Amino acid sequence: MTAHDRTLSDRPLFQVQGLSKYYGNRIGCADVSFDLYPGEVLGIVGESGSGKSTLLSCLAGHMTPDTARVIFDTALGPRDTVTMGEAERRRMARTDWAFVHQNPRDGLRMGVSAGCNVGERLMAIGARHYGDIRDQAIDWLGRVEIAADRIDDRPRAFSGGMQQRLQIARNLVTAPRLVFMDEPTGGLDVSVQARLLDLLRGLVREMGLSAIIVTHDLAVVRLLADRLMVMKGGHVVEQGLTDQVLDDPQHAYTQLLVSSVLQV
Amino acid sequence: MTDQAYNFAYLDEQTKRMIRRAILKGIAVPGYQVPFASREMPMPYGWGTGGVQVTATCLTPDDTLKVIDQGADDTTNAVSIRKFFQRTAGVAVTEVTEEATIIQTRHRIPETALKAGQILVYQVPIPEPLRFLEPRETETRKMHELEEYGLMHVKLYEDIARHGTIATSYAYPVKVEGRYVMDPSPIPKFDNPKLSDNPAIQLFGAGREQRIYALPPHTHVVSLDFDDHPFVASKAAHDCDLCGAGDSYLDEVITDDQGGRMFVCSDTDFCRGRREAGHMGRLGTPLTEAAE
Repeated sequence: MTAHDRTLSDRPLFQVQGLSKYYGNRIGCADVSFDLYPGEVLGIVGESGSGKSTLLSCLAGHMTPDTARVIFDTALGPRDTVTMGEAERRRMARTDWAFVHQNPRDGLRMGVSAGCNVGERLMAIGARHYGDIRDQAIDWLGRVEIAADRIDDRPRAFSGGMQQRLQIARNLVTAPRLVFMDEPTGGLDVSVQARLLDLLRGLVREMGLSAIIVTHDLAVVRLLADRLMVMKGGHVVEQGLTDQVLDDPQHAYTQLLVSSVLQV
Repeated sequence: MTDQAYNFAYLDEQTKRMIRRAILKGIAVPGYQVPFASREMPMPYGWGTGGVQVTATCLTPDDTLKVIDQGADDTTNAVSIRKFFQRTAGVAVTEVTEEATIIQTRHRIPETALKAGQILVYQVPIPEPLRFLEPRETETRKMHELEEYGLMHVKLYEDIARHGTIATSYAYPVKVEGRYVMDPSPIPKFDNPKLSDNPAIQLFGAGREQRIYALPPHTHVVSLDFDDHPFVASKAAHDCDLCGAGDSYLDEVITDDQGGRMFVCSDTDFCRGRREAGHMGRLGTPLTEAAE
């Protein structure tokens, strides 16, 4: 098969080559490479300080990596997001990309209503019709199981789980193709976590999203991720299909990680 | 009497040079906030230190100065700034809009149309229109640089969601020549249409925030809005009780504790001009009587 015959999904959406980030002499993360294909969910696991958040920040453009090629398949063809202009990167970050923070307060605008939080990205890309913005906000609140009559409430009045769902709605409203998630279920109790995971799994499948999920919770990646990357000390020590890595861990650290999970 | 201890118009010439550079840059890039080294003035911040520095810089001995505060020539702020320049610059002063070459204003644009050759100087408390939604200065500068103005509509959206209409009635954000979003200082949104295509030079000075920005003559200025909630230049639905004007911005004056009230032009010069020309409002007071 020639390259010409290949369907779109055969081309990686997101390619990372040799990403390193140092904090002075300390390693943030070193020599990380992977490809992410459309519709694929990649989990990154590891203990605290293993460099997973550094990696995610570098990928999402919040930090500049020391060395890397980070190529995203934009509408205009593959582009290196590290060397592209800031204006273009920021435009991409609010259309094609989304970032779900661990703490919803970091990702939400706490002083304005829920509807406005959802509508912000639409307004940022030029929506100027109040009625339309509001209709889309109501639609998205429904999709994340928030009642439409809460649309004018501030996020402060929401529970932690609702805030996290609102953050997800706010990010997905522009139909991004790539979602970065930093511990999306952190700080939620287990029943709320389960509902959120259910919701996320539904949205990811339904919208054909690609996602990179950073977490230390192996249950989350088991449910959501197709592939898994295990990090330790800034290095990727093992990667592969999620079930394969979790059921048959090869690296000593992965074995330790898997066996550390409490069995209830 | 001019105080000889001061340089003409209080500021020293080096400071004026520095401010003139900022003004010229502001005029070259309409709506862009130019930083300048704001000096301490002999009045508190919030009393118009930015406007005073701009006025002092633009003044020449041949100028005629008018100072208004919320449209009025005879309120504390206007009177003290006018006296300040009479004392430090010895320039002619006037209350008549047509006669003035420089008008320093706090929160109004005169009703009488301005003409080429006049300079309107605004006092600005907070020059950054994005400030209340984005507290970081580094970030707001970046947003101006990259024209990321979605946040301005977040504020307007929130207004409609809470009040059913765009309730922002003053300091209403505008877009200048399709580029920079600008805070027009706390003028009522009734005055916003007068910003656009104005033959006078409009200069904005924020003393505490150390910013100067400008609108050169005939600059295109558009008030932000939504397609289904268009901008409306609102005013009280009354006529002036003294001069009968139906098209000027009105102040509501409470006259007793029985619910009595009157609406009068906030622009005192405009109101007096109309009354001198024989117009009369609901209260039917001729000008001579009121003057006593």
